[in-house]
Amino acid sequence: MRLPAAIALLLALAGPALAVDPSERLADPALEARARQISEELRCLVCQNQSIDASDAQLAKDLRILVRERIAAGDSDDAVRDFLVERYGEFVLLRPRPHGVGLVLWALPAALLLLAAGGLFIAVRRRAAPSGSERLSAEEEAALNALAQDEDGRPNI
Amino acid sequence: MIVEFGHFALILALAVAIAQSVLPIAGFFRRDPALMAVAPRASLMLLLLVAIAFSALTYAYLVSDFSVLNVIENSHSEKPLIFKISGVWGNHEGSMLLWALILALFGAAVALFGGNLPLTLKANVLAVQGWISTAFLAFILTTSNPFLRVAEPPMEGKDLNPVLQDIGLAIHPPLLYLGYVGFSIAFAFAIAALIEGRIDAAWARWVRPWVLAAWIFLTAGIAMGSYWAYYELGWGGFWFWDPVENASLMPWLVGTALLHSAVVMEKREALKVWTVLLAILAFSLSLLGTFLVRSGVLTSVHAFANDPTRGVFILAILCLFIGGGFAMFAFRAGTLRQGGLFAPLSREGALVLNNVFLTVAAGVVLFGTLVPLIVSAFGGAISVGAPYFNTVFGPLFGVTLLVVPLGPLLAWKRGDLLGALERLWMVFVIAALIGLAVAWLNGATHLLAAVGFGVAAWVLVGAFAELWSRARFREVGLAVGFQRLAGLPRSTFGTALAHAGLGLTLLGIVSTSAFQSEAILEMKPGDTTTVGGYSVTFDGIRNTPGSNYSEMLATMTVRKGGTVRFIVSPSRRFYTARQMPTSEAGIRTHGLSQFYVTLGGEGRETGSVVVRMWEKPLVTLIWLGALVMMAGGALSLADRRLRVGAPKPARRAAPVVVAD
Repeated sequence: MRLPAAIALLLALAGPALAVDPSERLADPALEARARQISEELRCLVCQNQSIDASDAQLAKDLRILVRERIAAGDSDDAVRDFLVERYGEFVLLRPRPHGVGLVLWALPAALLLLAAGGLFIAVRRRAAPSGSERLSAEEEAALNALAQDEDGRPNI
Repeated sequence: MIVEFGHFALILALAVAIAQSVLPIAGFFRRDPALMAVAPRASLMLLLLVAIAFSALTYAYLVSDFSVLNVIENSHSEKPLIFKISGVWGNHEGSMLLWALILALFGAAVALFGGNLPLTLKANVLAVQGWISTAFLAFILTTSNPFLRVAEPPMEGKDLNPVLQDIGLAIHPPLLYLGYVGFSIAFAFAIAALIEGRIDAAWARWVRPWVLAAWIFLTAGIAMGSYWAYYELGWGGFWFWDPVENASLMPWLVGTALLHSAVVMEKREALKVWTVLLAILAFSLSLLGTFLVRSGVLTSVHAFANDPTRGVFILAILCLFIGGGFAMFAFRAGTLRQGGLFAPLSREGALVLNNVFLTVAAGVVLFGTLVPLIVSAFGGAISVGAPYFNTVFGPLFGVTLLVVPLGPLLAWKRGDLLGALERLWMVFVIAALIGLAVAWLNGATHLLAAVGFGVAAWVLVGAFAELWSRARFREVGLAVGFQRLAGLPRSTFGTALAHAGLGLTLLGIVSTSAFQSEAILEMKPGDTTTVGGYSVTFDGIRNTPGSNYSEMLATMTVRKGGTVRFIVSPSRRFYTARQMPTSEAGIRTHGLSQFYVTLGGEGRETGSVVVRMWEKPLVTLIWLGALVMMAGGALSLADRRLRVGAPKPARRAAPVVVAD
């Protein structure tokens, strides 16, 4: 049995622990579900673009525990987020709040679509307006008639 | 010696690239065919020289020449052969050399296969390719030289980052670069058209195969990267909206739009200016992607500011090509004559809608990716993560998906929306039934999933509506119907396949996101738990030595209904050279679904390990869908009307108009 050796190696590694450690979990499944939902949208501040739910870092673990403490204390989801923003700034939110730059971010898709719709409207209007070059001149009209008739003057098409 | 030979070849390549940038253009303005004829020869010579340089670097990696700084930093004598080779582009300098090699490869391909191109167009296209080559070769030689030697070579190298020692890395960057760099051809054609002030349907016919090829490679690169992140990073996610991923998604979105608008231009001579703009945009975003990933600006704006030589050089390249491209567009786009007219309700109209939504989606991703960088440059801090992108990108792309089956059923010029909808009512019924069934089976909690399944079915089944309506089985019977099908151009099948692939990918995403089961717990050998209808028994752990790592391998038996279905073996590795642990997920594919297990650290009880398990229904469809999309692209590419060098069909202006 080489298990002890394996465990020894495991301890030696002491590398990244798994993201959501079972020991951190809240007993109440409803509260735990809320905690996970919140932590999926909170940034692990020392990682690159990872949520605290997915990160192995010690800070992420501390934040997960903090979130669960606040929830257990009866805070609403928003209150938990407010608490964290107060401590760590807007940077902690992976879903930016709709004010300041965040407002621009949230308004952007609609603004871009409106811009595109405006552009399309102008393009269609410009297309619809009859432009001189599309009318045939008298000579062109005559040439066309000549082409469309054979020698006897009967229609050719 | 061989390394110096490669270094010298690279310097020569720069000289050739400069010649290729200047002479053909001069030839164009002086109407000198001899000068213009320099272009194809120069681009073949460029390929030869860059290939020599690349081979020399590869050789240094193969023989573990630790007198070369780049090899010391990224290789190890005990590294497996495949990773010695992939290690060449697993670092900044080497990957830039790969970029230059692929660029030269595409340029040479234009020179070789562009036999039917007008002399002036060919000369100008290759000259623009020469500008890009010059910029990148100068960048490599001045700031990122992979051939630098050290005075006192160490005995052993520092090894490649273990996360990168994977077959995924061997394939992912070359595919991605083939996609990025492929758009440089579209860019070169666009700039050449602006220089000449002339553009027509033939232009679109020449550009389309290159765009299509680039798009296929980019699709492959993104899908490969996604699967690599999925199994290597061990979080079980397939898309993280990481800036690095966004960097490759943006050119894909605009490239997809370009692909579609080029069709309109080829068939109807409409959307000329827009197509040129998209070609410039697609390559600009490819350059931006390279810049974002390579300059270090993503890790931290401050790291970028501390070592600015590389970053500033790339920024200069960006400004030159993007700014120059747009400036040229602004000055010369007016000279391009507008082409065919069409009613808003027509196939052109549907493709314009597709273009609008894809471009807006790309704009949203671009802004969301850059805003944190901009804010942090001004001393602030904001995060834009997956929750934002999912909320915004989902609906935008969703609307695009709804139009996908409709477009091919509309006629060119003036379409019949009611007629097209009439032909799609069967598809609509199937999609609605599937959506309702999902809602019925899962209750009100998964309403979004029901909608998702419905949309996926709409795209997937609707993809074949055009084939069905063109075969006219009901009117002409089976035999004639199949004859009619066989007579359709390959690109029609390509369209159907590519759209079906999109539906498959969507199905995989919806199914996995809505219905995956997850379990995180501490387990000791002998423990049994259940997840997603499977019972999992932890059999034990053993140590095994690897080539340049030591491994701790767990074995778990997965049963369903008492019978053993499969064994999963997640593991943790420890790479000795870098003293770095990694977690290797244990993944078993059953049907189209996957069972995914990762090992964590030790649990609270002695001998227990934290285990995270997922049952991911239909998850493989995400990447299989991408494969089907690529197959569709390849089929379109094989269409003889598009084949490079194929003579223009004399009289078949437009293919069979939609039946009825």
